Amino acid sequence: MTTDTFRFTKSIKNLNAVLIIIPMVLLFIGIYGGLMQTMFRAGIIQSDPFVGGDYYKGLTFHGVLNAIVFTTFFAVALGNALVPYSLRKHLNSKIAWTSGILMLVGSVMAAIVILIGEATVLYTFYPPLKAHPLFYIGLTLLVVGSWVAFFNWVPMYLQWRKENEGKKTPMAVVGMFTTFIIWFIATLAVAVEILFMLLPWSLGLVDEVNVMLARTLFWFFGHPLVYFWLLPAYVMYYVFMPKLAGGKLYSDMAGRLVFMLFILFSIPVGTHHQYMDPAIGSQWKLLHGVFTFAVALPSLITAFTLAASLEYAGKKNGGKGLFGWMWKLPYFDKEKWFFAYLILGLIIFIFGGIGGIINASYQMNTVVHNTAWVPGHFHLTVAGPVLLAFLGGSLYLVGQFMHKKIRLKGWALISPYIYTIGLFIMSYGLKFGGLLGMPRRTNTGASYANPDSVLYQPDWIFYIDISVVGGVIMFIGIVVYLVSFFGTVFSKGESTEEGSFVTFPISEAYHDEPATWLRNFKPYIIIAVILIVLSYTPVIIDVLQATYGGSPPYSPNSPVPLR
Amino acid sequence: MDKSEKIALILSGVMLVVFFIGIMYAAIAQDIDVPTCITDMEPFETDTLFQTGPDTYELQMVARMWAFQPSVVRLPVGSTVDLYVTSQDIMHGFKIERRNVNLMAIPGAINYMRVTFDEPGEYMFACHEFCGAAHHTMAGRFIIEAELDEPEVAEAL
Ligand code: HEM
Ligand SMILES: [Cu+2]
Ligand SMILES: [Cu+2]
Repeated sequence: MTTDTFRFTKSIKNLNAVLIIIPMVLLFIGIYGGLMQTMFRAGIIQSDPFVGGDYYKGLTFHGVLNAIVFTTFFAVALGNALVPYSLRKHLNSKIAWTSGILMLVGSVMAAIVILIGEATVLYTFYPPLKAHPLFYIGLTLLVVGSWVAFFNWVPMYLQWRKENEGKKTPMAVVGMFTTFIIWFIATLAVAVEILFMLLPWSLGLVDEVNVMLARTLFWFFGHPLVYFWLLPAYVMYYVFMPKLAGGKLYSDMAGRLVFMLFILFSIPVGTHHQYMDPAIGSQWKLLHGVFTFAVALPSLITAFTLAASLEYAGKKNGGKGLFGWMWKLPYFDKEKWFFAYLILGLIIFIFGGIGGIINASYQMNTVVHNTAWVPGHFHLTVAGPVLLAFLGGSLYLVGQFMHKKIRLKGWALISPYIYTIGLFIMSYGLKFGGLLGMPRRTNTGASYANPDSVLYQPDWIFYIDISVVGGVIMFIGIVVYLVSFFGTVFSKGESTEEGSFVTFPISEAYHDEPATWLRNFKPYIIIAVILIVLSYTPVIIDVLQATYGGSPPYSPNSPVPLR
Repeated sequence: MDKSEKIALILSGVMLVVFFIGIMYAAIAQDIDVPTCITDMEPFETDTLFQTGPDTYELQMVARMWAFQPSVVRLPVGSTVDLYVTSQDIMHGFKIERRNVNLMAIPGAINYMRVTFDEPGEYMFACHEFCGAAHHTMAGRFIIEAELDEPEVAEAL
């Protein structure tokens, strides 16, 4: 065995393949929903075979399947791949399968109740809209399954530390642990929301629920959720991309610092989603805003470090001068199709990052909050860099774990380019429409975009229509990807002699400082907990003091409460 | 850390600080702020509009599935409105176009913002939080008129 291959057990290889292939099918349903949404919004269709005329049912499965189910599965699969690979240790396959089965059962449960129309509550499931209890149970199983996967990695890491005293933990492991430490802390709040508030209330054991408290707990989870999406992409940027580009990671220490900063500042920021809410003092909103600016710092460091790594690679590939290196990167190299997914994601993230800073800017949020600007923005993050890195990663992992050669590499290479073009067009439409006041989560086709309605808004039409064009192009990009993905999955396996080994493109560091102060998670977790307590205690106190009465459950179809 | 890394780090920090100063300037010098915690207001279930001074009004607005009450508010130009918003059922959103007013309407809580209308015209407000099957029809407007004797409210568009 050479140092850059590792032999996974057959059982784990099968598990990881399942964890990638099944969510890919769910993602396709979700993305189909996205395409339909753009057309509903423009009034081109009034119903579709999947959801009938219920735009909001479609929007619920779009959000849940794409942003919660697909992303969680991929993060777990990536960890199940990179943690054993980097530590040279085997996963406990019973625990790993338990985690996978919990996640699958939970997701299927939630998907079914959404599709039969019993959980049209969108992916934020704000009460007092009530979903079927199986929706909440399904989401809980998905989350618990992801915890189990993480708990499976912890003893491997502790054992490794014991055996390798004084050695740096591999970057991939630091990144995956950061992802799941944040995820674990954040999901505790949503577990409290679901298990102690929404589930008993939806079962009828409790009559009323405090809506503001539930919403605040949701956003305690909701912002770190976006880092749970983003960080596995960062892992691939730091660990894979420099090597794929033909270079090295510019600074190892920068990468480690970035991950630790995420642990510190990812969570005490959730109230920036509630700038426009009642019952929370504006001074506490400002405090969360300050921390949000702090959490922008690791992304700015990342922008520098990755650009510097690419510059190093481009110069090594023969690039000259200040900008010459830019043209010496493997953008269109079929053999390095994975690189395209990562670099395009980074380019998109320039715009996603700027949008994020705008949203975070306290009173500037007044202009954009809950307008179409917001989905315009986050398709440039979660449906941009995150999606592309996850799609590239999925294809790569499936190839490795099923020991297949990637089929139709040309299709795999061109897909992210098509998707990116469509994405920029759709986001342009949503963002600028939003600036005119177009609300998000709204079936504009049935009112604001309908010339026969009293609410007709002629100024918005151009932006709504252009987002259909973008949506169609994005959808084509995904279909092109799936041709290559399923072409690979269903192709005949190759049993070459390196057949049963798995390889990942792990980058070396160019500047490799000892960075002893960044070697241990513990102090960072402790400071993070302190920051969370400091920033959330006053918020929760405000919410409890300034709210009155509780809310009975409602269905989305009637103004009369269900009980 | 090499020199270029240090420069990048410092520039990033400086940029964020400059942005933050901009926020504080808008909040303190221009008095543009976000809604805060209101505890000195009695919960209300019906809408009311009353005059509190020569050009000032207080409007208590109720959001419910699927209408704002009131839906249409007519006011003279130059009016300043103390706007209180709450919900009678589930979550709704409230944003007035071309004004810095954007409020979540949440059951069990009262939200507040002050707004001034210096120019005549129509200002639409739309519900921007999903509130069920007819969410996309939930909207209303302020109609600001140059010559108006009595402010008026209406329950239908
Ligand atoms: C062909 C690709 C896609 C298209 C055309 C599309 C289109 C849309 C549109 C138009 C909306 C706004 C709906 C509204 O606010 O009324 C939306 C919302 C959303 N999209 Fe996508 N989308 C696509 C892919 C994705 C992907 C890949 C993800 C995540 C990985 C994603 C995550 C979301 C989320 C979380 C929402 C918000 C749902 C909500 O507000 O409850 N989308 N999408
Ligand atoms: Cu956030
Ligand atoms: Cu609504």
